Amino acid sequence: MATADIHIKESAPHGDHHEEHEHHTNFWTHYIFTTDHKMIAKQFLLTGIFWAILGGAMSVIFRLQLGFPDANLEWIRPLLGDWITEQGKIDPEFYLALVTMHGTIMVFFVLTAGLSGTFSNFLIPLQIGARDMASGFMNMLSYWFFFISSVIMFTSLFIETGPASGGWVIYPPLSALPQAVNGSGLGMTLWLTAMALFIVSTLLGGINYITTVINMRTQGMSFSKLPLTIWAFFLTAIIGLLSFPVLFAAALLLIFDRSFGTSFYLSDIYIGGEALPNQGGSPILFQHLFWFLGHPEVYIVLLPALGITSEVIATNSRKPIFGYKAMVGSMLFIAILSFVVWAHHMFVTGMNPFLGSVFMLLTLIIAVPSAVKVFNYLTTLWKGNIRFTSAMMFSIGLVSFFISGGLTGIFLGNSAIDIQLHDTYFVVAHFHLVMGSASFFGMMAGIYHWFPKFYGRMMDDKLGNVHFWMTFIGVYMVFFPMHYIGIAGYPRRYYSFTNFDTLNSFADLNSFVSIAAILTLGAQGIFLFNFFYSMYRGRKATANPWKSNTLEWTTPINPGHGNWPGEIPTVYRWPYDYSKPGAKDDFIPQTVPFSATPESNLPHENELIRLEKEDDDVIRVDDKES
Amino acid sequence: MFTAVVIIGILLILVILVILFRIGNLVGIVRGKDQSDIGKTNKVNAWMMMAFMIVMFGLFFWYSFVYFDDYTLPIASEHGVETDFMFWLTMAVTGFIFILTNVLLFYFSWKYQFSKENKAKFYPDNTKLEVIWTIVPAIVLAGLVFTGLRTWNDITDEASEDAEVVEIMGYQFGWGLRYPGVKDNELGDYDYRLIDASNQWGMDLTDENSYDDFTPTEMHIPVGKEVLFKIRAKDVLHSVFAPHFRLKMDAVPGMPTHFKFTATKTTRQMQEELGDPDFEYFITCTEICGRGHFSMKIRVVVDEPADYEEWKASQTTWLKLYPEYLERVPEEKRELAIIKAGLEEDQLQEMEASL
Repeated sequence: MATADIHIKESAPHGDHHEEHEHHTNFWTHYIFTTDHKMIAKQFLLTGIFWAILGGAMSVIFRLQLGFPDANLEWIRPLLGDWITEQGKIDPEFYLALVTMHGTIMVFFVLTAGLSGTFSNFLIPLQIGARDMASGFMNMLSYWFFFISSVIMFTSLFIETGPASGGWVIYPPLSALPQAVNGSGLGMTLWLTAMALFIVSTLLGGINYITTVINMRTQGMSFSKLPLTIWAFFLTAIIGLLSFPVLFAAALLLIFDRSFGTSFYLSDIYIGGEALPNQGGSPILFQHLFWFLGHPEVYIVLLPALGITSEVIATNSRKPIFGYKAMVGSMLFIAILSFVVWAHHMFVTGMNPFLGSVFMLLTLIIAVPSAVKVFNYLTTLWKGNIRFTSAMMFSIGLVSFFISGGLTGIFLGNSAIDIQLHDTYFVVAHFHLVMGSASFFGMMAGIYHWFPKFYGRMMDDKLGNVHFWMTFIGVYMVFFPMHYIGIAGYPRRYYSFTNFDTLNSFADLNSFVSIAAILTLGAQGIFLFNFFYSMYRGRKATANPWKSNTLEWTTPINPGHGNWPGEIPTVYRWPYDYSKPGAKDDFIPQTVPFSATPESNLPHENELIRLEKEDDDVIRVDDKES
Repeated sequence: MFTAVVIIGILLILVILVILFRIGNLVGIVRGKDQSDIGKTNKVNAWMMMAFMIVMFGLFFWYSFVYFDDYTLPIASEHGVETDFMFWLTMAVTGFIFILTNVLLFYFSWKYQFSKENKAKFYPDNTKLEVIWTIVPAIVLAGLVFTGLRTWNDITDEASEDAEVVEIMGYQFGWGLRYPGVKDNELGDYDYRLIDASNQWGMDLTDENSYDDFTPTEMHIPVGKEVLFKIRAKDVLHSVFAPHFRLKMDAVPGMPTHFKFTATKTTRQMQEELGDPDFEYFITCTEICGRGHFSMKIRVVVDEPADYEEWKASQTTWLKLYPEYLERVPEEKRELAIIKAGLEEDQLQEMEASL
């Protein structure tokens, strides 16, 4: 009935909602303190791009150290100042700070806020047929909390003692004791403050996404007709809502330990010539709390990318996604399992070995739904009619990374094998492929695919192709060799390997990786040019440039606040009716009723025609009553 | 040199960018509308997918086989043989799937590239197929899980009573070693509040077992005998990593951990096997611990049991190195301490004189 009510409201002659875009807006309310989900999405996107450039640049600086340990880096002194030592080297503590900030920025600011923030905001209302988020104001707050968090994190880069440098996992006691490393002073305080605000932002956003998906779907948009993107964003938001508060708790206790003398994580420590009074705390407790978020976080960044990919691959293969229900089911299963595998990050922390066995079992189970997803992607491509748009290629790249990086997870999830591989470059290779690069490619696919809806213009496809190939080859060249380095036992977060004879034999491979990293980062310049150039000078988009079925392509090319100028369209079918036998086009948008396509209906769909009529009758009756 | 590489790289990218973009624009203008987009570029991309796959697999196989000896470490422990077996078993299973799925991905991309004559097959689901590829991976994974569990249980099982005990303590930035001594073969108690500049271990001198403990700067262990590492940390987290023994365990302040293993090859044997007279076992740190994280290396020597016993007997006890700590020993235990620590007459006289 609720949907019917909305329907009535919209069809009233002076319905107030859809004319909102005509309301007076000025620069501040339109671009800055906007409550329009589309503008908020763009704010998240641009902030995310800013962070991605910064995070990428950091990785190149520490790759210089790793690839060319003898080089004189005096030439970056204008940028880094005293972080370059007198010998022209990167300061070892600053190296750790770079590694830490690269991880923090990429995981949280780019792949969580930049990815979920952008696409959940942009696509949820557009694809479910809503005028905006459930609470536009909370949505705006979500961005501005993220913005303040960003400012604080950015500020921490410029303080004298340097930003946090205890690794992105900020394990205490290292992160709790300024005596242990300079970055654990003010830098860590700022890190914790920024992350606390970041969590507030994520929660505000997440509550909105969930509420919107549950309550604001248009007439006919049942859960079983939702595009897989929305399923992915929905489940991601639920995971975030359940796991981020735990990180908040972990951070809060760490703040107490740091500033108020409590001993949640500290015990039996002698440092800087004195024995600390703290006793009875457990550093392992922090790790449990951290990874209770940390592991679901992997899926928080990955699921939206998989959702985007599902949509893009189906559209550009001109085929329905294979096994829609299995895709939803496996995402659901992954979402649930993601909460019970966290301790596989902790096999060698001295945790009870029995616990290790349990977590090993649960961890390897998660490979099953992941495998199902891969097979379903492959079957979707099978006998398709594939168009290699830039978005499509990034999606294919994602599937390749998901396979290559996912399979190494089977090694690491096995506690017996993990003894040797834990904290080596094998792990670095694993998560950069399966989580970092795969999610990044999902984000890129999303940007290329929905750019026409973002800005009403097309991105240049040729530049997109070049960008894809350089990035795809580059990413494999950067991360694939790291497997070998890891099997050889090279620990991660090492400033240099020159102390070791056995660990000093990959100098050439490390240089190769560094050069590949520099070129890959350089290739992102092509994207940036394409992105900003196309925003203003790109070819004008058509209403439905990819011949896609989902609702966002039924809006005007440049939708205003409220998305649809008239009524919100009603949905009659699932979003994947591509190349349906008998249909005259190779796509049938969700808004086309079955009664209009008798030539292509499947037997059970013909029966639905009757229901469509009944639905319309219900609305008409309500209309009269009011 | 690399500055040049960087600059050349950046310039190259810029040049490529400008040229491509110009060409693209001009072609677009000539064609008028960009309707015919699906055509040549699509074909090029499809072929690129195949080329990419072939070149990448070529590189993968070439490096994996040619440099096999460079990136695999020799095994020097009993459980290492088992974990390496697990590793290569998993490699065989995942390697097969890796190749199969990636080949299908790129082959399908190429094979089913857009063509005007083709129409995609409407194929939304197939329950039988999906059940098969849910169950098959589940069975394969179950196999891996249970083999892994057995290995894991063996490794984490209780150490035997007569295992050689070595205490390793991580600190910024190095490792402290402590052996239980030849007289009582028991490690003395410790308390972190007793730590000072000389007593790095916080040894409790009221415990008789401390007196013969010795603290060498390099580690010796016997071949063929079970060794139990008792691991702790003084300041922040560290992690004991001995790659050749396939051994890793975190050092946690306030929570002692342990790892047992049996070395199978002496340092000399390994040197001969590898043809490298400079080969040495080592322990290093794998948990980020601050500025000097990368430099926490300590030498490990695996001896024949006889050589090991000899080495052990030749070590000076800690108390003998720092006789002034005799003061901390309770009056009634001093005699015992002097005997157990092997303090000599002249040292004692010196002590008395200073007192």
